[in-house]
Amino acid sequence: MSESMFALTLALLLLTPLAIAGVALVNTGLGRSRSAAQSLLGSLLIVSVAAIVFAVVGASMAGTSGAALFHVAGKPWNWLGAAPLLLGGFASNPLQVQLGLLFELFAVGMAAMVPWGSGADRWRLMSGAASAAVLSATVFPLMAHWIWGGGWLAQLGVNFALGAGFLDGGGAASVHALGGLSALAVVWIAGPRKGKFPKEGLSTALPGHQAVYVLFGSLLALVGWLGWNLAGAVLWLHAAPASLAVSAINTLLSAAAAGVATFTVTRVRFGKPDASLCANGWLSGLVASSACASLVTPGEALLVGVVAGIATPLLVELFELALSIDDPSGAISVHAAGGLWGLLAVGLFAGQPGQLVAQLVGIAALLGVVLPLVYLLFWLLNRVVPFRVEADGERLGMDLHELGGGAYPEFVIHRDESYR
Amino acid sequence: MKYAGLLVMPSGFFLTLAALVLFPAPAPRVVFVLCGLAVEALGLVVAVRGHMASRGDTRP
Repeated sequence: MSESMFALTLALLLLTPLAIAGVALVNTGLGRSRSAAQSLLGSLLIVSVAAIVFAVVGASMAGTSGAALFHVAGKPWNWLGAAPLLLGGFASNPLQVQLGLLFELFAVGMAAMVPWGSGADRWRLMSGAASAAVLSATVFPLMAHWIWGGGWLAQLGVNFALGAGFLDGGGAASVHALGGLSALAVVWIAGPRKGKFPKEGLSTALPGHQAVYVLFGSLLALVGWLGWNLAGAVLWLHAAPASLAVSAINTLLSAAAAGVATFTVTRVRFGKPDASLCANGWLSGLVASSACASLVTPGEALLVGVVAGIATPLLVELFELALSIDDPSGAISVHAAGGLWGLLAVGLFAGQPGQLVAQLVGIAALLGVVLPLVYLLFWLLNRVVPFRVEADGERLGMDLHELGGGAYPEFVIHRDESYR
Repeated sequence: MKYAGLLVMPSGFFLTLAALVLFPAPAPRVVFVLCGLAVEALGLVVAVRGHMASRGDTRP
């Protein structure tokens, strides 16, 4: 990697924390006012714990140097990295490997933070931080190695003639699908918010408290996503500098198409556009672009965004009304479904023989390994550090219960009718 | 029921791996990979239904 390319990629990577900040704001805005400070503090804590644990343990398993192999039918299956612990020898690594580690350090924070929004208003800080530690030490490094560290998914092209192997430049699989599927595990384990699903009738609407946070967070996330998709294209897909402008255009087009599609769907279904669903649609377009921004044409990026934008509000409704899944931030629809759709779109549009099968095998790994494994780990963790706050804490609000003070001390918090 | 569904999902994953090893020809490989994904989808449906059933029992 040339020095100018190193500088460009480093600059792009330094934009990525804005995506984390944007999603943290969205999660906070979609929660209740009495849990707002706990939500943002939780995001900060989770990103911190994830970075530390990944640097100490996870980077070793995610690394490209050294590998645990086994052979089946004469083919090597590289399933785990074996780099030194505590980023040993980091400075002596090639520039590309150093930047890859930086990419993964930011990515692990995002992956661990995605489920936090789904557990809003009931998930305790300590267990949120513990879940970040578990994800950063186990599942994320595994996925990062399989996809970015020369693992068996990346080698599907070499070993089984499946296109260029599993492709995921911006982290649609190892960040967003992993985060979204972890969100599903959290929601299953923690259960719904009190009063969300009454014994009789439809579920109770518990709208977010700050649409401005949600919408501003979505715009902020775009900047970070541009950095992520472009840096990922350079690092993992070895894209030439000349192709980066198209990747940026595709990222924007995918998000824009998804936002407009969700705006239209909610306008038609409810008579007026829904601000929080539009933000979720926009984010879903960004998530889908993580997989395919540097691998599709602008027209295809538009189509990817439209599908993501139409699917997001419908899935949010399906999960809540039909499947009794209480996901305040919509992370399962946005990050899991959006990520899986983006990965599939690479197979549909990339045009290499066998690429679709490679993408399907990657999706099978996410559904068949990641979801059960995360559920098992979180189920065990829940036995040690209970996820759900006590009933009294939920009634008071997470801010008062866990922090001793609210995010908006000068405002009267509305009484919640569901606790009468 | 939820746990049964979550146990079925890795079985689908192993089917997709088996497809890679056992079928070098593209057509049967694709079919087998899709079968593996279908098994995973089935496991997910069972897990979701298990979740819904348990929620129904514990609603306030």
